[in-house]
Amino acid sequence: MSDMAFMSARLRRGDMTPGEKIWHMSWSLIFLLCCIFAFGFAMLYSAANGSMQPWAGPQLARFVIGLGLLTAVAVIDVRLLLRYAYVFYGIILALLVAVEISGFVGGGAQRWIDLGVFQLQPSELMKPALVLALARYFHGVNMEDIGQPSILVAPIILTAMPTILVYLQPDLGTALVILMSTGILLFMAGVRLWKFALVGVMAVAASPVVWSMLRDYQKDRIRTLLDPERDPLGTGYHILQSQIALGSGGLFGKGFMAGTQSHLNFLPERQTDFIFTMLAEEFGMMGGVTLLGLYVILLIYGYAIAFRCRHQFGRLVAVGITTGFFLYFFINIAMVMGIAPVVGVTLPFISYGGTSLLTLMLCVGLLMNIHVHRDVHMGVRGGFNDF
Amino acid sequence: MSITRDSDWTKMFTRRAMVLGGVQATMIATLVGRMYYLQVIQSDRYKMLADDNRINFQLLGPPRGRILDRFGQSLALNKQQFQVTVIPERAPGIGATLDALAQLIDLSEHDRERIKKEVGRKRSFVPITIKENLTWDEMARIQVNTPDLPGINIDEGLTRFYPHGEAAAHLLGYVSAVDEADLNGDPLLQLPGFRIGKDGVEKVYDLALRGKAGTSQVEVNAYGRAIRELEHHEGEAGSDVVLTIDERIQSFAGKRLGDESASLAVMDVHTGDLLALVSNPSFDANAFSRGLTGEEWKALSTNDHKPLINKVLSGQYSPGSTFKTMVTLAALEHGVITPEQTVFCGGSYALGSYIKHCHKVHGNVPMVRAISLSCDVYFYEVARRLGVDKIAAMAKKFGLGEISGIGLPNEKPGLIPTEAWKKAARGERWAPGDTLNVGIGQGDVLATPIQLATMASRIANGGIAVKPRLVRPTVQGGQPVDEESGEMFESLNIPLPHLEILRQGMFDVVNGPPGTTTAMAARLRLNDPEKKTWALSGKTGTAAVRGLNAAQREAQKRDPASVPWALRDNALFICFAPSHAPRYAMAVVVDHALGGGGAFAAPIARDIMEEVLRLDPSRKPRVEGDQIAATTGDGHT
Repeated sequence: MSDMAFMSARLRRGDMTPGEKIWHMSWSLIFLLCCIFAFGFAMLYSAANGSMQPWAGPQLARFVIGLGLLTAVAVIDVRLLLRYAYVFYGIILALLVAVEISGFVGGGAQRWIDLGVFQLQPSELMKPALVLALARYFHGVNMEDIGQPSILVAPIILTAMPTILVYLQPDLGTALVILMSTGILLFMAGVRLWKFALVGVMAVAASPVVWSMLRDYQKDRIRTLLDPERDPLGTGYHILQSQIALGSGGLFGKGFMAGTQSHLNFLPERQTDFIFTMLAEEFGMMGGVTLLGLYVILLIYGYAIAFRCRHQFGRLVAVGITTGFFLYFFINIAMVMGIAPVVGVTLPFISYGGTSLLTLMLCVGLLMNIHVHRDVHMGVRGGFNDF
Repeated sequence: MSITRDSDWTKMFTRRAMVLGGVQATMIATLVGRMYYLQVIQSDRYKMLADDNRINFQLLGPPRGRILDRFGQSLALNKQQFQVTVIPERAPGIGATLDALAQLIDLSEHDRERIKKEVGRKRSFVPITIKENLTWDEMARIQVNTPDLPGINIDEGLTRFYPHGEAAAHLLGYVSAVDEADLNGDPLLQLPGFRIGKDGVEKVYDLALRGKAGTSQVEVNAYGRAIRELEHHEGEAGSDVVLTIDERIQSFAGKRLGDESASLAVMDVHTGDLLALVSNPSFDANAFSRGLTGEEWKALSTNDHKPLINKVLSGQYSPGSTFKTMVTLAALEHGVITPEQTVFCGGSYALGSYIKHCHKVHGNVPMVRAISLSCDVYFYEVARRLGVDKIAAMAKKFGLGEISGIGLPNEKPGLIPTEAWKKAARGERWAPGDTLNVGIGQGDVLATPIQLATMASRIANGGIAVKPRLVRPTVQGGQPVDEESGEMFESLNIPLPHLEILRQGMFDVVNGPPGTTTAMAARLRLNDPEKKTWALSGKTGTAAVRGLNAAQREAQKRDPASVPWALRDNALFICFAPSHAPRYAMAVVVDHALGGGGAFAAPIARDIMEEVLRLDPSRKPRVEGDQIAATTGDGHT
């Protein structure tokens, strides 16, 4: 019996030591992550006019912590993840409710819980939690049963609760991302196509009602998307300035730390939502395409992990997490280029923000976990031998 | 079971993953396409927009040109002044800062209101002027207390300054802030604190004096704060305007007029150069430049001596006996009387039932004597023989009845009545009695002091239609103008003997008939430091004002002071000197004087003429453009 065969059996059983698991992590994925982060780090350094403070330094520290978190999540036994998926989901949902209540009491939008050391934003954590819960749910569903409409009741409830809570915060962007992630996850889980078509028709039919439920500033953002020059100093200001900065960057950009629009403060939120604009201003289309390329590689890694995984839970987690990444960067970049409404979606691994980066690292940790545990045989409830 | 389930799962998963991957690839391609559109196709447009965004053009106000007298003396210049400003963002609690400042300098409630308004309107880093023209004392007090006055600065600035204060206020005019109505698209006018000419030379030559704005390209951030200057074009300073005025004569004349409501013009009879143009009382143009207080304005606008009106140009007076010069020339031209023929003055003149009085009984008077005695009866008779239209024609030749064209605002044309005029203006037929009134320069005849000075000049220079001018045309359209080869004045075609008879009469007015020495002659003889013969020739005039009844007229003869000021006669005097070779002419009008032209206006004219002759400005080389800059170091700072 060769080493490989021995190893393979242990892989299937999932009884590796943490050291072995770390050895089997995809280090090239981590290298890719570092490349993407390096972009962000450079932009944060530039955003502060060539200073580690106030953004680049703290962000680097969080990234290092994030790498630790990633590793920690990667070595957790995947069956534990399956087993406690609902618990995790329940805790985050409770936190969301707590935020909603305290926000109601405090007045105004409240999105985070102050833990003293850092501020916890439950809506961020909800994304992986929901992915885990849905993957757990579909892991136990038979191929044949997927066709039954009743199967969909639980996932709809699982999705609806956090979506409504997040929407009420109000954080339309995150709510939409949650909805879309779920949609894609259901699609990948095998839900019949006509059901998606039905939902699509219903969405179109309901759009006037939804429009009337939107808040004024949200309506403004959508109107602004359709015609950014409608109110160039008001709601259209950000998007117009963003396009000016981006367009003036040209093919090769103005050079590192030489972006005029971002450094002269024409660009709003240049360290968070509009960081891509700054990148494209300073490094031009070449820089923008390079970053997109890195993201595409990340997507390929994610889907490859999903393909190579031998259990449904892992596949759906990997797809869910990867789809999340895609939605984040797509919406963010589309937004700053004026082809999506201005919603508060950050650019993954690039935008400044503690909870956001740590949550993303946690997500990569989950992806890595699936990669490490791709061959583990798993029962419906996450037992070690119940298959 | 698990194997088939797994392989079914895998098939479905693979299929759907392909779909998902395809959709995502399309979406990413959209992003790249959009990026290409923005950053390559539309790049130039956005680059332009980006520069528009960050580059702010600022106008730099050019220093205003000076106004100089004929010898380069500054009449209006820019003075460096110190002003206290506040930058709101550095003054937390602007109210407290202003309170503290009010302890140190005078700060009116009005100023505080204005500052508060400006603070609300402007960006918080734009300095706001609190007070201009600080004295050294005020500046020192602020400097010492700077630590307690956050956001308070002392800035230098330029302010218009008229070094001779009141001396030439009417003709120079003044500058003041731009009104809404003045905005005409010149961006300079929108500069905060920019001032434009509002009257006089400042107004008429405003464009030349204003200069061209400089520009500064400043890179600004999104809040409009300047980061650095990219480009700087100095503006063009306004051109200096050189006047024909001699400041020394102007000032002397102003002082000589004292408290009277009076006006005068001194003119070079050959060139038309106005050496002095005085309207009294005057005002301090510097006060206008800094902005009048309500009280100052009220004092000026309610003063019955009308300090705000430039009487030389807009005061229309009955010329009285000074107009007899025109009747004389018309009579000679039309031969209605010869110089030797006499008219008997028995103290009154009857025309039908209409009886007009002379101020004396003169007996038989020939022409020269009629002028020197100013016999009204003689001129009633001559005027009757002439008819009004012939007199009017002569008066118009000498510049009466139309504006002089020196170009200052608000000039009035006066009035020379004709038969046709009366018909048109009043719908009445011309009455013979009207002609008698015109014959002694009363009735409807009106003339401004500058017209009277022009008339005197044309008599003095031998009938050349000299035109008064105030500004030396040194530069026109960027090209220097050769003044000597400039305008040639036309001849009025008055036969010289006619003028000599008139001038003999005018000589006698001042010096008495040959061989006599009248009291007036003694008073008016010019003192001659070099023992040269400097004789003055002139013609007095005493013009009644409307509204005086017969009883008051009698009272005025006995004691002018008993009549209300506004109803007293005006005293006039026109003159030229030296009599034998005239060079300077002058007209003086004293409003509502305590006596006639001979007693009141003539002595003033004499004193000023003596000063004019002593200085003799027309014979001295004038200073040219580049010399001006060298000789007067003030102004362009």
